[in-house]
Amino acid sequence: MSKKITEISAGSMADIAFLLLIFFLVTTTMDVDVGITRILPPPLQDSIKIIVERRNLMNIWINKSDRIQVNENEVQVEDIRQLVAEFLANDDFRIEETPPSMPEKKPKAIPLLGQQVYVSKGIISLKNDRGTSYEMYVRVQNELAAAINKLREDFSEKQFGIRYSQLSDEAKLKAVQKQFPMAISEAEPAIIGGN
Amino acid sequence: MAKFKKKGGKGTPGISTASLPDIIFMLLFFFMVTTTMREATLLVRITAPQATEVQKLEKKSLVDYIYIGPPQRKALGTDSRIQLNDQFAEVKDIREFIELGRSQRDESEKQLITTSLKVDKETKMGIVTDVKQELREVGAFKINYSTAKKQDSKK
Repeated sequence: MSKKITEISAGSMADIAFLLLIFFLVTTTMDVDVGITRILPPPLQDSIKIIVERRNLMNIWINKSDRIQVNENEVQVEDIRQLVAEFLANDDFRIEETPPSMPEKKPKAIPLLGQQVYVSKGIISLKNDRGTSYEMYVRVQNELAAAINKLREDFSEKQFGIRYSQLSDEAKLKAVQKQFPMAISEAEPAIIGGN
Repeated sequence: MAKFKKKGGKGTPGISTASLPDIIFMLLFFFMVTTTMREATLLVRITAPQATEVQKLEKKSLVDYIYIGPPQRKALGTDSRIQLNDQFAEVKDIREFIELGRSQRDESEKQLITTSLKVDKETKMGIVTDVKQELREVGAFKINYSTAKKQDSKK
């Protein structure tokens, strides 16, 4: 009765593991997906028109030949960062008054910063043509993000002493984001400058 | 001196291979964890534009992909086309695609679904705008313009 139970040979274990390993080596793709994240606005109800005062608005147009106009001037894509950073700058967030060339500010309660701080009312309006190339569109979006990130970096450094990109405290992140919101509005599609 | 003379003819001892399976298993688990299977066979050519201010897409399981680019088969023309899953699609098919994606996720995760737009850089904005309008209609507001990361020369 005392038949010896034959042991399962473990010699082929390495081979099996090798086979699996090679399979995963071949199918794996290491690239991480990165990109510019945006939140789309909900669809417009008819007859609702939001009127924004002229000084609070910075218009950016991109036409079908990828040329860019900011307000009244044609600019290069590299200039946008500086222009947007100047437009949305908010050096002292405890003061409401702004020079007439700058957008107005509105009072807001932001945790960690105070019950009544002032946030810029400035809005970037981005309009592109159907013929604009995607590459140029992304470059402009990238410049806008860069400008706002720059403002957030500086603000975070001044307020909390840590760079915005290094902030890990959720509350502080929220505070900086509220102080400098991603105020980008994309217009309803329209044809600019003909097709 | 004779006392310290090595005993001849011993030869180098062989390296033990007993731990080889363990090492291989370790590698195997590493690749199993880091692997992401290709989401779809690409029917369109996509060269992503470059950007510096990029964010990582956090949860891969909560991302739906929409590909837009010129078809890989030249016979189908050079105009950009939309690809959903494994086939070409029209703008009107996006609604079904998004709703299918929603039905596959838990109730609590539905708000967190991101739609990643993988668009070729030569594409005209017209088709991208149409897709964006459709996404707004369907209520898939969270989108991500997929880009390649570029180091910022100005910093």
